[in-house]
Amino acid sequence: MRNLLPVLVVLAAIIGIWYAAVAPMNIRVALDQAERAGVAVEPAGSLERRDTSVWRLMAANPGQISAGYALERPRLPTPQQVGQELWKTTGEMALRGRAMSKRSLIYHGWITLQSTLWGFLLGTTLGILGAVAIVYSRVVDMSLMPWAIISQTVPIVALAPMIIVLSSQLGIEGRGVPKAIISAYLCYFPVLVGMVKGLRSPAVSQLDLLKTYNASGLQAFFKLRLPASVPYLFTSLKVGIAAALVGTIVGELPTGAISGLGARILIGDQFGTPLAIWAALLAAAILAGLLVTLLDVLQRVTLKRMGMQA
Amino acid sequence: MSWLIFALVFWIGAWALNAWLANSAYAQTRAVRVLIPVLFGVTLLVLWEGVVRALGVSPVILPPPSTVVQTFANSTDILWEDFQQTVFKGALTGFVIGASAAFLTAIAIDRSAFLTRGLLPIGNFVAALPIVGIAPILVSWFGFDWQSKAAVVVVMVFFPILVNTVQGLRETDAMQRDLMRTYAAGYWQMLVKLRLPAAMPFIFNGLKIATTLALIGAIVAEYFGSPTRGMGFRISTGVGSLSIDLVWAEIAVAALAGTAFYGIVTWIEKRVTFWHPSQRG
Amino acid sequence: MNVAQNDKEVPGQARDGAGPVIEARNLDLTFQTNDGPVQALKDVNLTINKGDFVSFIGPSGCGKTTFLRVMAALETPTGGTITVNGMSPDEARRKRAYGYVFQAAGLYPWRTIAGNIKLPLEIMGFDKSEQEERVNKVLQLVDLEGFGKKYPWQLSGGMQQRASIARALAFDADILLMDEPFGALDEIVRDHLNEQLLALWARTEKTIGFVTHSIPEAVYLSTKIVVMSPRPGRITDVIESPLPKERPLDIRDTPEFLEIAHRVRDGLRAGHAYD
Repeated sequence: MRNLLPVLVVLAAIIGIWYAAVAPMNIRVALDQAERAGVAVEPAGSLERRDTSVWRLMAANPGQISAGYALERPRLPTPQQVGQELWKTTGEMALRGRAMSKRSLIYHGWITLQSTLWGFLLGTTLGILGAVAIVYSRVVDMSLMPWAIISQTVPIVALAPMIIVLSSQLGIEGRGVPKAIISAYLCYFPVLVGMVKGLRSPAVSQLDLLKTYNASGLQAFFKLRLPASVPYLFTSLKVGIAAALVGTIVGELPTGAISGLGARILIGDQFGTPLAIWAALLAAAILAGLLVTLLDVLQRVTLKRMGMQA
Repeated sequence: MSWLIFALVFWIGAWALNAWLANSAYAQTRAVRVLIPVLFGVTLLVLWEGVVRALGVSPVILPPPSTVVQTFANSTDILWEDFQQTVFKGALTGFVIGASAAFLTAIAIDRSAFLTRGLLPIGNFVAALPIVGIAPILVSWFGFDWQSKAAVVVVMVFFPILVNTVQGLRETDAMQRDLMRTYAAGYWQMLVKLRLPAAMPFIFNGLKIATTLALIGAIVAEYFGSPTRGMGFRISTGVGSLSIDLVWAEIAVAALAGTAFYGIVTWIEKRVTFWHPSQRG
Repeated sequence: MNVAQNDKEVPGQARDGAGPVIEARNLDLTFQTNDGPVQALKDVNLTINKGDFVSFIGPSGCGKTTFLRVMAALETPTGGTITVNGMSPDEARRKRAYGYVFQAAGLYPWRTIAGNIKLPLEIMGFDKSEQEERVNKVLQLVDLEGFGKKYPWQLSGGMQQRASIARALAFDADILLMDEPFGALDEIVRDHLNEQLLALWARTEKTIGFVTHSIPEAVYLSTKIVVMSPRPGRITDVIESPLPKERPLDIRDTPEFLEIAHRVRDGLRAGHAYD
């Protein structure tokens, strides 16, 4: 709560800067449009204007600055335009009962969310199993850990098209599976590292205590190591779900997908509708925020019930 | 079939050797620590080669590593050109600009506790967002050549480095600050002598995250338009024209570049933060 | 080598004759906490003269550390007056009138021992050759010759604490404020360092303020022992030690020593009777 006011002030400042930037960013487009509509602008001709700085253009045509705030295809839309576009493709369509129409961002968000969740599930499972193997086996630790680190330095986007080609050649229908694989690839690592840390977090004295009880390895795992790792797990799950979403969108971006938020960005680029790109970006940001917040709440509730955090 | 058997035997043999090495008396020597993961990696390649050959997988779908190596050797000129375009011009330029901008911003906002409190949650949130999505917008703003790629990289690396630096600058404990006060140290002396060195482990954490992001950003941005060179360009056209072996060669370059980039930053980190408990080990 | 010889080169040491170095009158300090105000110091009066070795002793919460921090201008009193070298503590701080030693050595892990000792010298703008000279001098003073190139984490706790004392001595302020400097060390190391500190004090003629919760340590080291008690933090007794300046370790078995220790213990008990 202490941070609420500063956060709001900084947000307001960002939006203010955004609004201010719209004028210079859009002045050329606005002037081109005005000229086509027969309004006299200074200097005339698109080529002439290219060599003039935006500040000069704004000074010479003060009347056209406001037009830059209401363009249909702006270089930089105003926050208001983005918000309206988002509302038009989500809330408004939902009100008309067409929430799952192919033009609705709710539909595309749902597609992205599905892949993200599958990738998250796959990545988390792999990460946890890998962590258990690493903690309990020296061979796995020594042979796998370096490659796990190296795997994250490899830019996954280079591999993404190949994963999609391979899975379609293997007869897997649709894009869900390759997208989930890509998102699992980005998601497993934070979970793996967090869980290794968590499973190794019990102090030697705590492990020794269990030894004096002659507890079995399984008992030690379920009564000590696993509960001790829960705070670490949740922290890395929050990183992991954000990474899974990034992975899904990366999987949708470069590969000619037709549904999903990444595909909306791609299509918006191909059809020259910047508002669609911005709306999809905002939707992705909201989705990320919701997912991380959800896990955060889950973390608080769980830790509270386990008595680890007030 | 014999290929498959060979691959499987190699796999089992290598695993047994690794298991023996890891539990032997030499497990903590440097050579063994390197040998075990290397052996593991080689095993994966042998398995790949064996399976592809034994099952007669079409090279259009998945070429065996030996073919990829051949293609790599035959097309070093293309690969080098793409490497320069994507890594040097796109990723590195963007990385340097983005990292410097984030660093200076962090020092600027650090003077105001109010700004720090406001920016830290927002920066943390933005760092978790799929920022790659802005690639098409920046490509349309800055054109097809490397400038737009560098711009994408700048935006992608900015927030992780900013957040880590701001956090690092807050890392000094009260006693160390009191000590500086007893010397009547000024703001800049405090910054240079105490807070920046103490922040270094955090700054390097941000830099390491940013190395991978830089390559991802530079490659993705090329999918949205580039001159006829660059790793992302070659991969997207290669997939379409079925020159899959070249695509795999590019992937190998990307993997090597990513690992090397990360390795270099880690190497510098070791030199700079040698004093930190995590590095003394 | 005598550190005091270089006194005039150091800023902020304009001496006003033989007057008191630190003088506190009716000092009050109240912290505002979430649980309401806490009176850390109440009506504290004390005069410390040049060359005194003053120990502050008392249970935790008695304000001994707070009092030391007020002298160092790390806390601001809410009432009363205090002067250090005849000026306000903050002026004295800005003139670098004192060296401060904390309970933890607080050495920077990224600097060598010599680098750590140089830190205040760099901040205060000494020139390079003089920095070297002073580092060597104080390393000798605390018996750490040859360790200058080591990093703090390569040294034992006692050696680290000696290095932090060297750091406080390096710029040659004539007041040394020490906040439980040996509190985290074991008994044997502590005895050794106490002996060394006395020798150092004899050689440098500094004024020392020393916070401790060990009665033998306070009696062994001090010319003046200030007994404090908590809630509110205040001075209950000030004992001028009759022990000679020359103090071998076995002076702790003499009747004089035990008598002072008794008086200190009585003072501490009296303070507790308020609870």
